[in-house]
Amino acid sequence: MAFQKENFIKFILMVFALSSLFFLFLIFAFILIEGLPLFLKVGLKNIIFGFKWAPTKGSFGIFPMIVSSFLVTFGALVVGGPMGLSCAVYLSEYSGKKMKMLLKPALELLAGIPSVVYGFLGVIYIVPLVRNYLGGSGFSLIATSIILGVMILPTIISISFDALMSVPKSFREGSLAMGATKWQTIYKVVIPSAKSGIMAGFILGMGRAIGETMAVIMIAGNALKIPTSILDPLRTLTGNIALELAYATGDHRLGLFSTGVVLLVIIMILNYMANFGIKKKRLK
Amino acid sequence: MNQMTEKLYILFLFIGIFTVSCGRETSDRKDNQSPITIAGSTSVMPFTEKLAEYFMLDNPDYVIDVQGGGSTAGVQACINRTVDIGMSSRRLKDDEKSLRDITICNDGIAIVVHPGNPLNNLTIDQIRGIFNGRIKNWKELGWIDRKIDAVSREEGSGTRGSFEDLIMNKMEIDDGIMVQDSNGSVKEVVATDPYAMGYISLGLVDERVRGLSVDGVAPTTENIKDGSYKIERPFLFLINGTPDENTQSFIDFVLSKEGQIILKKEGLIDIL
Amino acid sequence: MRIKPSIVDKIFRIGFNALAFFTVGILVVIISIICVKGFSHVNLEFIFASPEDMGRHGGIFPSIMGTILLALLSIVFATPLGLGTAIFLTEYTKESVFTKIIRFGVESLAGIPSIIYGLFGFIFFVIQLGMGWSLLSGVLTMTIMILPTIIRTSEEAIKAVPRNLRIVSYSLGATRWETVTKVVLTAATPGILTGIMLSIGRVVGETAAVIFTMGSSLRLPTSLMDSGRTMAVHFYILAREGISMDKAYATALVLVLSITAINILAYYIMNRVVSRYS
Repeated sequence: MAFQKENFIKFILMVFALSSLFFLFLIFAFILIEGLPLFLKVGLKNIIFGFKWAPTKGSFGIFPMIVSSFLVTFGALVVGGPMGLSCAVYLSEYSGKKMKMLLKPALELLAGIPSVVYGFLGVIYIVPLVRNYLGGSGFSLIATSIILGVMILPTIISISFDALMSVPKSFREGSLAMGATKWQTIYKVVIPSAKSGIMAGFILGMGRAIGETMAVIMIAGNALKIPTSILDPLRTLTGNIALELAYATGDHRLGLFSTGVVLLVIIMILNYMANFGIKKKRLK
Repeated sequence: MNQMTEKLYILFLFIGIFTVSCGRETSDRKDNQSPITIAGSTSVMPFTEKLAEYFMLDNPDYVIDVQGGGSTAGVQACINRTVDIGMSSRRLKDDEKSLRDITICNDGIAIVVHPGNPLNNLTIDQIRGIFNGRIKNWKELGWIDRKIDAVSREEGSGTRGSFEDLIMNKMEIDDGIMVQDSNGSVKEVVATDPYAMGYISLGLVDERVRGLSVDGVAPTTENIKDGSYKIERPFLFLINGTPDENTQSFIDFVLSKEGQIILKKEGLIDIL
Repeated sequence: MRIKPSIVDKIFRIGFNALAFFTVGILVVIISIICVKGFSHVNLEFIFASPEDMGRHGGIFPSIMGTILLALLSIVFATPLGLGTAIFLTEYTKESVFTKIIRFGVESLAGIPSIIYGLFGFIFFVIQLGMGWSLLSGVLTMTIMILPTIIRTSEEAIKAVPRNLRIVSYSLGATRWETVTKVVLTAATPGILTGIMLSIGRVVGETAAVIFTMGSSLRLPTSLMDSGRTMAVHFYILAREGISMDKAYATALVLVLSITAINILAYYIMNRVVSRYS
């Protein structure tokens, strides 16, 4: 009798696991099913490499948005990468227990601030700064990169920190024993050893930046052209979906799904690259 | 089961009871209290919300639920009967004609600039040129040497549709122009950027932005009423079939003298 | 001219110190701005009153309730599902193709940006299933969104329970289910709770997925089919439309404080784990 009960429980749990699987794949399936038809109807090339987005008039080109998404992501890495890595180095190599206790919660707090708050502060403070000191309207690639850079700091710092901490103490001790200074040890020994983990952190940061929506539509200006200077406004793939979703019908809506498919593919690739890097580090 | 699990179960129990009682509340409500759902144009929304506030003050058992989503979404929701009233800031297209549209008021579209901008008037041709990308710098209009930060609405917006029909006249809005997804956010950009220009609902113009005269005609409600300022569009309530009693009461209120006065105070053009 | 390595070392040491302070500084600046600008407008009336005139005046009570309802209901749905899946994966099956597929799905879902959830939830729940903008659409969407987190953290918490405990339990004659509920879960509870708290924090801070599924009605949602706002959505609309800077900052303050409180709670629970097992 207990055996029957056990089997029954196992069955229920399996149903739960299958349901989870079902929901997990529901999203993928739905986005793909809705996104694919337009690729077939209008042509993959015309969408991914098309320059004109005018969905109510039949143009579904999202190339400028793909480029812009990558540009802000790259910009975010330029802003957040070095700063984040340096912070991680500080945390793992230089700081004492007290600093760690102060910084870790601070990072969690930074990570917990909603993106709309970042976007809002960006509009109130960063956009006017860019407009008054650099030119343009302020709603620009550079403003977006700055805000996104700050937003991905916690991700980069914590993953790089984990990577650096997992470098065996012996590596450092060996280097110092041979007469290297601390800094030389860090940059010639520790960082290279943690390379794949740090890369993973950067890639995950990229994934976060490219998937960010709310802060971006508040700061980027949402213009449809590929920006020719860092002061130009731009529109990302995420912004495209968010701005027009509520209004779109018919083919226009399908176009947004196609945008979603492209976005998903890019992020999936980034995620797998990152996970691969993290696993590689763990195996070492 | 240990203490912690017990506490969790009690918490879940409370949540379950709360959820069930929520459902109960709806069915307990009197007929009068089932909410009137209204959704659609973000341009019309703030004014409908105002009307709803007044209406509910006088009729406390009514509940009116107003949402945005855009003119097109409002039309769709109305067709699908997911809302009682749809709001639109553009005229219905041919394939949407199954719905009944009621004009509750008219609204002008104002071309706005920052209050510090010295310009007062532009020709339609100039406005077209700016949004088309032909005119890029304020110095071409007689002001300083600075790029014009033009802002438009997104594709699918009723306001943009009306702007394109009434001003752009088949010319396309340039790709390099910024886009914001609501009247309020366009206004915010223009109010904070001294070199910006955009188009918003006339009803939203206040001391934070300035409406330009077009071809010599100032954007005022009087000029719209007498037809000299031609850039205007109707605000529509959309109904699918015959509205129920509650919905009809609200519509009657909006079209009544009381409702129209409220709209007029907000800067819209009443239809009395 | 070659600079002495020891000097380079000192320079970098100082540089790194400065950088760490700069990063913390950013956080301090952000929090200070929100506190300073929002504090004077947050009072009991703000928290318990309803918004008037599109949020220009009045309070944010409906948004607070909307947030609480959305978060709690999502947890109610996601926890049994996620926990059950985690238990199944760790205690009831061996590693196989099946478990690999599930893990693959979980990992993939974890990286999906929130706007995609918004897109999916809007078209699927709101429109195709006809639920309209409602608490239900929001809850269902957020449940799927936090499911991977719950599964992952629960799995890790369960895996972290020492094998001995299980062995002892079985040797005393307990069935698998008894072992799982009375021994493993009890020990893994803090880790599981942390995952739940993290997910609540995510729901509270989420905007893109919520605004397209739950909608943006200003009324207090009193049934599952009602629309409503969460604090994040309300803040976004206030800020974007320029309705009221004061109210925007005040809402931001309440929002950030809530998330901070949730994080602190999660931290506290996690620390109880450490103290219990060290």
